[in-house]
Amino acid sequence: MTALLSTEGVAKAFGGVHALTDCTLEVQEGSIAGLIGPNGSGKTTLFNVVTGYERVDSGHVYLGGREITNAPPDKVFAAGIGRTFQLTRVFPRLTVMENMIVAAQHKERGRGWGGMHMPLARAGGPATRRRATELLEFTTIAKYAGALADTLSYGQRKLLEMAYVLMAEPAIVLLDEPAGGVNPTLITLIADRIRQLNSQGTTFLIVEHNMDFVMGLCDQVTVLDYGTAVVTGPPDVIRSDHRVLDAYLGTAEEDDDIPAA
Amino acid sequence: MSSLTAGPPAAGSQIPMRTLRLAGIGVMLAVLIAYPLVITDALYAEFGVLTLLFVAWAVAWNMFSGYSGYISLGHAVFFGTGAYAVGLLTEHLHLTGSQIFWLLPLGGVAGAVVAVPFGLIALRVRRHTFVVITIAVFFIFQLMAYNFSFTGGNSGLSTPAFFWSPATYNNPFYYAALILAVGTVVLSWLVRGSRFGLQLLAIRDDEDRARGLGVRAMRVKLSAFVISAAITGVVGALWWFLIGQALPNTVFNPAFDLSIALMAFLGGFGTLAGPILGGLILEPLQQYVTITFTNGYLGEILLGALFLLVILFLPRGIIPTARERLTAWRAWRERRGPQAAPIGAAGADRAAAAGPVVTGPETGTRSTPSAGSPR
Repeated sequence: MTALLSTEGVAKAFGGVHALTDCTLEVQEGSIAGLIGPNGSGKTTLFNVVTGYERVDSGHVYLGGREITNAPPDKVFAAGIGRTFQLTRVFPRLTVMENMIVAAQHKERGRGWGGMHMPLARAGGPATRRRATELLEFTTIAKYAGALADTLSYGQRKLLEMAYVLMAEPAIVLLDEPAGGVNPTLITLIADRIRQLNSQGTTFLIVEHNMDFVMGLCDQVTVLDYGTAVVTGPPDVIRSDHRVLDAYLGTAEEDDDIPAA
Repeated sequence: MSSLTAGPPAAGSQIPMRTLRLAGIGVMLAVLIAYPLVITDALYAEFGVLTLLFVAWAVAWNMFSGYSGYISLGHAVFFGTGAYAVGLLTEHLHLTGSQIFWLLPLGGVAGAVVAVPFGLIALRVRRHTFVVITIAVFFIFQLMAYNFSFTGGNSGLSTPAFFWSPATYNNPFYYAALILAVGTVVLSWLVRGSRFGLQLLAIRDDEDRARGLGVRAMRVKLSAFVISAAITGVVGALWWFLIGQALPNTVFNPAFDLSIALMAFLGGFGTLAGPILGGLILEPLQQYVTITFTNGYLGEILLGALFLLVILFLPRGIIPTARERLTAWRAWRERRGPQAAPIGAAGADRAAAAGPVVTGPETGTRSTPSAGSPR
């Protein structure tokens, strides 16, 4: 197994707040990796740094051996990292289908006569639309293809966000709380789809507070505390690791998501 | 709802709707082409030219600001730059008569050249900050026009005289403005349905999300800004030919920035037809106010008051609001429509699709199932 995505000693501070300090972790190719940690431990900041929304103060980010440290978001996406946001972000005034086509930019760029740049070509060629429809069917929201994304429910938006990230056939997908704020049936559906994609070769890195979801799905779980990866291991090891309990109990006493050791 | 769903008016009225729209466009074009042949009064002929120029400008402005959501209040920079660039060239090359019309595209080049650095600076920031920067750049340009020696300072630049028959004096300007306006509308329509346009709309909705999906935001925004600026530069150059003089405060005119934004907002910000409608309503209104009231400031006060009214009562503009009303009215009519309507597949389909607003299959056209989007 080789590491598909890895960070090396990544540090990021906002003013005096050290969101990430010397954060090193590896996501193995073909795995489903989990990232857990108390609120404010730097999980989303790590996502932002990896996907180019924040610049690192020091350290490196590698994708498949290539350094992508501080690459802008569009380059990171083109390089093969898809990402969803904690509070889902879709384009509310575009239709669901248009949302999908937006994510096909770098695939569509080469379309047209001899791969020439044809910016005024109509958006969404037949191949793009076919692929979009497949993915919408896969995520069970194909019947809303013509609806404005604004009219979707929160759970449907999560599905749409997952679907359009897949448009570019990313090597790895970073999911920020995919099970947050959705009903149990939908959580099961999302977990099922992640497994299916994973069996077809997509690697996942998942930030999630729902421990059943993380422990049931992930091959490997990394615990982040105060911006550092304190421990990495298979779910059952993590479940009983005292550092994990310390990390959770030390900062969030009311957190009832703590697995019973 | 299925038992109350009326017969599908969609299937019956959709095709005539499209024909109707094409016919409407045809009639409008015919009227616009015939206008100067029918209206020979010099004053009204000039109104026609000005109206078309402002329609072109408003559509060009909307192509950037309306589609991307970046509201520019500095577009008069390109207008003034276009006018001055062509003016200076005319002076230096000692051009006379109608040959200066060939310089029109250079107004566009000048606007575009200025837009590149302007855009690279201003487009790094968003929303209110962007608006403030565009206003600041505008005043820098106005000050430069006042103070540089080559701009003619306070007295500006005058066009050479055209010795054309007074009866048809405005016609060359009119048809040049008409070609520019129609070309701009066609371009705006093409952009709206294109990959480029979709990227602009995605930036309007959520720029950071768009970047994370492979949209090269700066490139897309800057392209739209420069295209919009180029058209505005041509408008400025043509305006200078028509009016005969460019003064720092008449071409770098802050009232223009507001008028253009108001036209787009009145008609429908970000829609294709909105700025056309806004321009057709507002420019003649402004001209009417100017000739009716001798107090020059009254026009500006009325303009400001109208802006407030639009923002308060028609924040989305005439076209989106009208479209919404039409949809609501159709839904209401359908609900109390003939009970004996056949409940066929169409009705069931519609029932299944009820809930979210369903849009047309084509990118960019947005309507409910039964409403042929009146654009």
